[in-house]
Amino acid sequence: MAKHVVGKAEDVGPGMRKVFEVRGRPIVIFNVDGDYFALLNRCPHQSAELSMGLISGIATADEPGHVQCSRRGEFIRCPWHGWEFDIRTGQSWCDPGRISVKQYPVSITAGAELVEGPYKAETFPVSIEDSYLVVDL
Amino acid sequence: MNETIPSPKHSVHTTSLVGIADCDIHPELKDRYGLHPYLSKRWRDHLDQYGELGFEALAGGYLYDGYTPLALRRDAWPGEGLPGSDLALMRKQHLDPNNVVFGVLEPMVTLGNGGRNLDLSNALCTAINDWQIAEFVEPEDRLRASVMVVPDDAVSAVAEIEKRAMDARFVQVQIFTGTTEPLGHRRYRPILEAAAHHGFPIGMHVGGRLGSRTASGWPSYYSEFHLYNAFAAQTQIMSLILDGVFEQLPSLKVIIIESGCTWSIGLGERLDMLWQRMGSEVANLKHPPSHYLHQNIYFSTQPVEEPDNPEELNDLFEQIGWDRLMYASDYPHWDYDDPRYAFKARISEEHKALLFRENAKKVYRIL
Amino acid sequence: MHHKPTSVIDCDIHPAVPGNDALIPYMDEYWQEQFVSRAIGDMDLASYPPSVPLSCRPDWRQVGEKPGVSLASCREQALDKFNCEIAICNPLYGGQVAASGLMAAEVCSATNKWLAREWLDAEPRLRGSIVVASQLPDRAAEEIHRCASDKRFVQVLLLAGNEMLLGRSHFWPIYEAAEKHGLPIGIHAGTMYRYPTSSGMGWPSTYLQDYASGTLLFAAQLQSLITEGVFAKFPDLTFVMIEAGISWVPSFMWKSTKVWFGVRGEVPWVKRSPAAEIRDRVRFTIQPFDTSKDPVRVEKLIEHLGSEDMLLFSSDYPHWQFDGDDPMPPGFPVRLRQKITQENPLRTYPRLKETV
Repeated sequence: MAKHVVGKAEDVGPGMRKVFEVRGRPIVIFNVDGDYFALLNRCPHQSAELSMGLISGIATADEPGHVQCSRRGEFIRCPWHGWEFDIRTGQSWCDPGRISVKQYPVSITAGAELVEGPYKAETFPVSIEDSYLVVDL
Repeated sequence: MNETIPSPKHSVHTTSLVGIADCDIHPELKDRYGLHPYLSKRWRDHLDQYGELGFEALAGGYLYDGYTPLALRRDAWPGEGLPGSDLALMRKQHLDPNNVVFGVLEPMVTLGNGGRNLDLSNALCTAINDWQIAEFVEPEDRLRASVMVVPDDAVSAVAEIEKRAMDARFVQVQIFTGTTEPLGHRRYRPILEAAAHHGFPIGMHVGGRLGSRTASGWPSYYSEFHLYNAFAAQTQIMSLILDGVFEQLPSLKVIIIESGCTWSIGLGERLDMLWQRMGSEVANLKHPPSHYLHQNIYFSTQPVEEPDNPEELNDLFEQIGWDRLMYASDYPHWDYDDPRYAFKARISEEHKALLFRENAKKVYRIL
Repeated sequence: MHHKPTSVIDCDIHPAVPGNDALIPYMDEYWQEQFVSRAIGDMDLASYPPSVPLSCRPDWRQVGEKPGVSLASCREQALDKFNCEIAICNPLYGGQVAASGLMAAEVCSATNKWLAREWLDAEPRLRGSIVVASQLPDRAAEEIHRCASDKRFVQVLLLAGNEMLLGRSHFWPIYEAAEKHGLPIGIHAGTMYRYPTSSGMGWPSTYLQDYASGTLLFAAQLQSLITEGVFAKFPDLTFVMIEAGISWVPSFMWKSTKVWFGVRGEVPWVKRSPAAEIRDRVRFTIQPFDTSKDPVRVEKLIEHLGSEDMLLFSSDYPHWQFDGDDPMPPGFPVRLRQKITQENPLRTYPRLKETV
């Protein structure tokens, strides 16, 4: 496992998502209310790009006609077959025990720390004024 | 039962084949005037003023909206226009990366042959046929067209088939699984005879006049609607067999598209069982119903069925017949099947060749 | 090797109403007058014309007699022959398809009274289903309440083809009443013919296709029950699909589950996969066993169903679904015989355990 600097934290604002390539893998980073999460950008079903899907909450109900909407912005719905994944954990809603998207640890690190290493910087310069997204892969 | 879902690491190595066939691709109009260049002024004006006279409650929308916008893949929207209208994007997203060398167009633009005004429907069908060639097949020689015909106007339908019969850019006659009556009924026979005579298979795609979808009334949800497409397919298969179409036209091929296929195993067995006891009602049949199922009916695989144990797919396809099945993507609909990842079973090279190419070659008489 | 079957619980037999004359004595004065003065015709269902081969196995057919009218024949040909400890009667007569809801309710009620008097009173091995008119769900609920005190009634019976799909809230008074009394809802093959038998696209030209199309109807009803939230709304209710066939069920489970994964948010009250719901809440009688009898395929079917609790023994007497003396299809593993013929029916129909 190594830490990879993928981009500036400000590039993925609240409610947004962005895809980065890390060691040949497409990784999508989400910003959910200021928290960052990194998932493999491939749906476990048929490998669709999750980044192209819909960010949503989750609708739940105990009986027909009475629906609660909660956790807005915390789910990604696959752009093809609509499978719902919890961005925070990578687990599918319908079968959380068996089906999930691969998740990677991601953190924000100040540029000042990064310039000292030992991080793998990608192809852009790191400045000590900014904060950066760092993915463990 | 398996505890884990196989990840899409398991891929079907289709690049070892010399390209694949896809028997269900949906072209789309650039916009609501997209067909106008192919229509006379009379019909352009008619459409603008009266629209199409359909069978359902809404003037312009779908009674059963998909769970994605227009039931399309969320990532297939070009910068302008609808998914399926942009050939460049279709190439980039599907034809090129998946090495599709032969793709059959299934137009679902306007109501096509599904509307109530048959004169309008005839005009639309012939326009759609011209449009497919001009805007998709001509610029992209990997694509082939379907002959859209109006089932309830047999005379015009036969004329349209004869008009296109010598044009190798058309590879099938298209009839939706939703027809006014089951397709084995007399009024449709001349159309089926013309198709058989000219060697066209009939591509039966979901859609058209599906009516109440069930024999107990209308569904409330898209979640129901999506299941009930298979009912129309089964209704048609039963009628084609029991009304003696295949006894009369043993060479006619009918492709059931986007309706599933594993239910056909039980259907054949059930029909045979009933025929053992009540075959006297259909005395024209010389063989048990499953004979015709295996002789005349083909299935596209999309949306691929997903048994709990993915390896079962091999056994199920074996029972249906490896020579009966053809891969389809249904690009750009939401329930698209990626040729690399849709099939979770380990399929032999020999069977892959049939599924992804050889059956299509035979059925569509190409390559 | 054929061996005499051990005692069984037969979950589907069909005593036949001989004609309206048999029901008129059980009607109120107004309806008696209506039926007599108008000479209202007998109400055999178009789903089961008495003369078609399916309606009666040839060796059970008595010349000049409607199949199923004779209790003596039923004893000899079915109850004794199959070694029935208990058999559940599912009358199929026109009450359930009548154009007028009020007539439907009256005929159904008369049918239930007739069944109790002419069959259940006469033969202690018999139990009955309460036939109700889905046309008027509130009247149907009243009829359920009326019959429920007679513990020989063990189920509420509906037909597969109605004026609406059975998940709709229009029918919920029926489910509420049944759940209150611990009665499963039995959905039996047959239709009110309000919609073409084809699945809505015009009429097939053969009875064979009409009957074969029954599986489409059951699949539609099952999906309706699931998506409309009936299983959520009535958590203690069991549904029995009677004479529905079985070969269609695995494909259905896979498809319904696949759609749920992607479209779940449309029906968020479906909190677990349709396959899981079906395994828990739905049962199927085994005749017609419309699939391969090869033992390997039968085991595969059971595996696909995902539960050994789902199948209920039935003969469907006197419908012609099998030949020979044993309704249990060949190819069934011996280990399941006891489950299918005894345990599963007893668990599904709690009232069967009560002495009556």
